[in-house]
Amino acid sequence: MDNDMLEVKKQPTYYEEVIRKGYDRRDFMKFASMMAAFIGLEKSAIGQVAKAMETKSRIPIIWLHFQECTCCSESFIRSSHPMVADILLDMVSLDYTETLMAASGAQAEKSLKDTMKKYKGEYILCVEGSVPVAADGVYCMIGGKTSMHILEEAAADAKAIIAWGSCASNGCVQSAKPNPTQATPIHKLITGKPIIKVPGCPPIGEVMAGVIVHLLTFGTIPELDRVGRPKAFYSKRVHDSCYRRPYFDAGLFVETFDDENAKKGYCLYKVGCKGPSTYNACGVMKWNGGVSYPIQSGHGCIGCSEENFWDNGRLYERASAFAGFGIESDADTIGKVALGATLVAVAGHAVATNIGKQKSIHDLETEGKASEHELPS
Amino acid sequence: MDNKYLRLPRLRRVYVWELPVRFYHWLNAVVILALIATGFYINNPLALMSQKEATQVYTMGWVRYVHFAAAYLFFFNFLFRIYWGFVGNKYANWKQFIPTSKRFFTEMWNVFKIDILMLKKDGKEQHHISIGHNAMAGFIYFLTFIAFAVQCLTGFGLYADMGGWWFPRMFAWVPSMFGGDMLTRTIHHWTMWFFILFAVVHVYLVFYHDYVEGRGEISSMGGGWKFIEEEVFEEKKYHTPNPRKKH
Repeated sequence: MDNDMLEVKKQPTYYEEVIRKGYDRRDFMKFASMMAAFIGLEKSAIGQVAKAMETKSRIPIIWLHFQECTCCSESFIRSSHPMVADILLDMVSLDYTETLMAASGAQAEKSLKDTMKKYKGEYILCVEGSVPVAADGVYCMIGGKTSMHILEEAAADAKAIIAWGSCASNGCVQSAKPNPTQATPIHKLITGKPIIKVPGCPPIGEVMAGVIVHLLTFGTIPELDRVGRPKAFYSKRVHDSCYRRPYFDAGLFVETFDDENAKKGYCLYKVGCKGPSTYNACGVMKWNGGVSYPIQSGHGCIGCSEENFWDNGRLYERASAFAGFGIESDADTIGKVALGATLVAVAGHAVATNIGKQKSIHDLETEGKASEHELPS
Repeated sequence: MDNKYLRLPRLRRVYVWELPVRFYHWLNAVVILALIATGFYINNPLALMSQKEATQVYTMGWVRYVHFAAAYLFFFNFLFRIYWGFVGNKYANWKQFIPTSKRFFTEMWNVFKIDILMLKKDGKEQHHISIGHNAMAGFIYFLTFIAFAVQCLTGFGLYADMGGWWFPRMFAWVPSMFGGDMLTRTIHHWTMWFFILFAVVHVYLVFYHDYVEGRGEISSMGGGWKFIEEEVFEEKKYHTPNPRKKH
């Protein structure tokens, strides 16, 4: 049945789909403008986005879910503009996505196979979740196959891969120490395919939509940074676009969450905000249709889009704990102990010098004094 | 009267630390102090009791500015010192720092026995006289150079995305190597403690050498001169194989 639906549709364009769903052209143009702005294009490119959506047929997408919590999908369908969910995800889901497709069981498996065959080398493979590789991958199996097996199959003929969220980009919480399932991000398993990482737990819905619109408009991978994230969204720290930044520069900080400074909206740096080491667009795009984001709600950034954010120290302090030194030890505690030990050692050596080098010191003094006596006063 | 048994040695003056080396040393000392102080502040800023609006205060901004400016001075000063290790006098040469011969290790062992453990030989106190760095000191300085490099790499790596200039941007690969800014920052912070511990031991040992040898160790970083007993001078001149003469 799924297969029949695909045959009948014959790849409508996004615009056709928009109109069919009851939006008018004005809505469509708003959507195109918003997307152009999000992916960092100039005004003249709005037409380009609109044109691409009018003329190009939709990109076939296979969306796989592995070891994850589906927060990426949740974030995506909640992106501010209803068209994002209506158009991008609805049409995406036609091909294959476990959470939202109608088909189930053998039919679903068939649908996946058919899509892979029909759009060989054309489809975009979206992966949500990490792949557990421990114990031959038994920790995440779908339809009797391990996630690794499914991933390899689907990746073989994909045009490109999008790693949605921190799980697929860097392992996220599942890969936190001791990582019992050996949760592994996609880029460590698949080579030879372009991989776009869209980290975040979850990533911002508009960012996800922006990546797809970019693929559609230009037919190319967006410009990526060294780590493989789209530069349009991940080139700046949350700190760099934070509306509380003036308090940081001034040196005015929240000391505890219930103090006067917190009420005044001072910088959350001292209560562990990871904004200064987190690359994301939260400060600019915000969440839930631009309503707010963690820092605006009075809570520091936890750095969810950064690799190892879970293991890299405590969420409410600047200092980071170190494995092997006890949970409460941080660099400064160990540093102070080392400094104390050094001072004790130095003092001990100084005392020992006065005993061990007694004669040398005495000789020098005698020699110096003799010279002094020789000279007239 | 005392002269009957006291033999006053004649001291030879040796120009050990050239002006560029002294300049490097003191600039380095000042910027490291500034970097440590501002670094601590950046890590854990003081609670400012200010009634002013944020627009009128720029405390953290200034502290960070000093940190970054000092970092640039530190980096180029360090580069200059490496250069001077190839063109400076024999006491500034890179071979003073990197163990390249068995003699280097033998001397390190001697320094360890004589200056750290203060072992005596046949009940007599021993002296290890070196004119420039002794081998142990030289090797420790080599470790500090590695720490310098770590600080420059991690520091400019963290700074890379803030700066518009191509120079810090060259270091952008460093945080991605460590999987992000968090770990890079931690490494930067940890290495700073090495500098503090080094400074304590360094200052102590300068006093120690001046105290037990009386050869102007402390003032040598001012004027560049060290003093050596005539007989030790002669002995070093004729009996110690000079590595520079070997071809």
